[in-house]
Amino acid sequence: MSKLPEIIRRNEEQIRAAWVSQVSSAVRRSDLMSDREFQGQSRELLTSIVEGCESGDIVHLDSAAWGHARELLNSISASRATQGFKTSETATFVLSLKQPLFHAIRKELASSPDALFDELWNATLLVDKLALITSDSFLASREQFILRQQQEMLELSTPVVKLWEGILALPIIGTLDSARTQVIMESLLGAIVQTNSRVAIIDITGVPTVDTLVAQHLLKTITAARLMGAECIISGVRPQIAQTIVHLGIDLGQIITKAKLADAFALALQKSGRTVVKSGNSSPALSAKSEPAKER
Amino acid sequence: MERIPILRMGNFLLVTIQVDMHDRLALQLQDDLTQSIAEWGSTGVLIDISSLEIVDSFIGRMLANIAAMARVLDAETVVVGMQPAVAITLVELGMSLSGVRTALNVESGMELLYELRGNFRPESADEISQA
Repeated sequence: MSKLPEIIRRNEEQIRAAWVSQVSSAVRRSDLMSDREFQGQSRELLTSIVEGCESGDIVHLDSAAWGHARELLNSISASRATQGFKTSETATFVLSLKQPLFHAIRKELASSPDALFDELWNATLLVDKLALITSDSFLASREQFILRQQQEMLELSTPVVKLWEGILALPIIGTLDSARTQVIMESLLGAIVQTNSRVAIIDITGVPTVDTLVAQHLLKTITAARLMGAECIISGVRPQIAQTIVHLGIDLGQIITKAKLADAFALALQKSGRTVVKSGNSSPALSAKSEPAKER
Repeated sequence: MERIPILRMGNFLLVTIQVDMHDRLALQLQDDLTQSIAEWGSTGVLIDISSLEIVDSFIGRMLANIAAMARVLDAETVVVGMQPAVAITLVELGMSLSGVRTALNVESGMELLYELRGNFRPESADEISQA
C-alpha cells in the first residue's frame, strides 16, 4: 500500500505553495489568467489527486476514483486551449507538481531509502500520467475548436443569390474541395427547386487556382444542375485560369464560360427572353446590357 | 401486373412515375413506351420523375436507354422534376445522361417539347394548356 496519499495530505499546504511558485516562475502567463483563478485551480486539482490516491490505485487513472481529477484536468486544459496557452505550457502546469511532491516524500521517508525509492517511482508514474491526460484533452479541445471553425467557414462561404426571376448566382470564394463541393451542390440544387430557376451562374472569380480536381468538382455540380433542368454558366474566368485550363487539357465542352459576371448575367437575361434597355432619362442608366456590349 | 400509365397528349406522351421503380417495372415501361411511340407516331416523350426519391444505376441507365430508343423512333425525350438528391446520386454514379433533355417541371418540359417539335399539330397546344 502506497504512503503517497498520506504524505500528500500531511504536506498539502507546502506542496501547493511550492507548486504555485514553481509554475509562476516557469510558465506563468499573467496576461491570460488571473492569480486567483490559478490558485483556485491548483487547490482543487491537488484535492482531487488526494481523493484519487486514497482509492489505493495510482496506476490505473481511468478508474472511477479518479473521475473527479480527470474531469478537472479536462476542463482546465479545455479552458486553456481557448485562452491561447501553448501545449507545453499546459503540460508544464501539471509536471511542475513533481518537484514539490519529491521534496515532501524525501522529508517524510529520509530514513528508509527503499521506501523512498518506491514512493518516488509511484509519484513519477502518477504525475506523468496526469500530464498525459492533460495534453490529450488539450489537443482534443484544440481539434474541436478547429473543426468548429471549419464548419463555420463552410456555411459562410456558399451563398446562393437570386439575381432575377429564374436566374441564380453562386459566387464561389476559396479553393473547392470535395466537402465544399458537396455543400455547394446541395445548396445550389435546393435553391434551383425553391426559386424555379432555369439559369445558374457559377462565378469563380474568388477561386485562386483551378486544377483538374477543382474542374471535376465544377463539372459535377453543373451536370447535377443540368439533370434537374437548369443550365449553368461559368463566369469570372481569369486569363491565368483560362491558360491553366487549356494547359491541363480540361475539357469544359458544352459549358458556356464567360470572363465577367456581367457578361454571364446578360446572357442569362437573353436566355430567359428578357432584354435590358436604356431608359430615356439622361442619367447614366444602370443597364446590364450596355456595359458588356462596350467591352466587346 | 403493376404498370406505369402512359398518357397520350396530342403528339406527345406523358409518363408520370409515382411509385418506387424496381427493375422489372422499368423494363416493362421501356417495352410499353416504345410500343406506344410506334403505335401513335408520337414525336415527344415527357417523363416526370418528381416523386422518384431513390435511384440506382439501373434506373439511370434505363432513362438513358429510353431516350436513345425514342430518338431511334424519331421522338424527343424530356425528363422533368428530378429531385436534388437524385441528381447528386446520378452524378456520383458517373451517369450524366448526356443524351437526355431535362427541365424543371412539367410545364417547362412541355414548352421545351413544343420548341423542339412545335411544327407538328400546333392546335394540340391549346388542349394541353387547358388541361
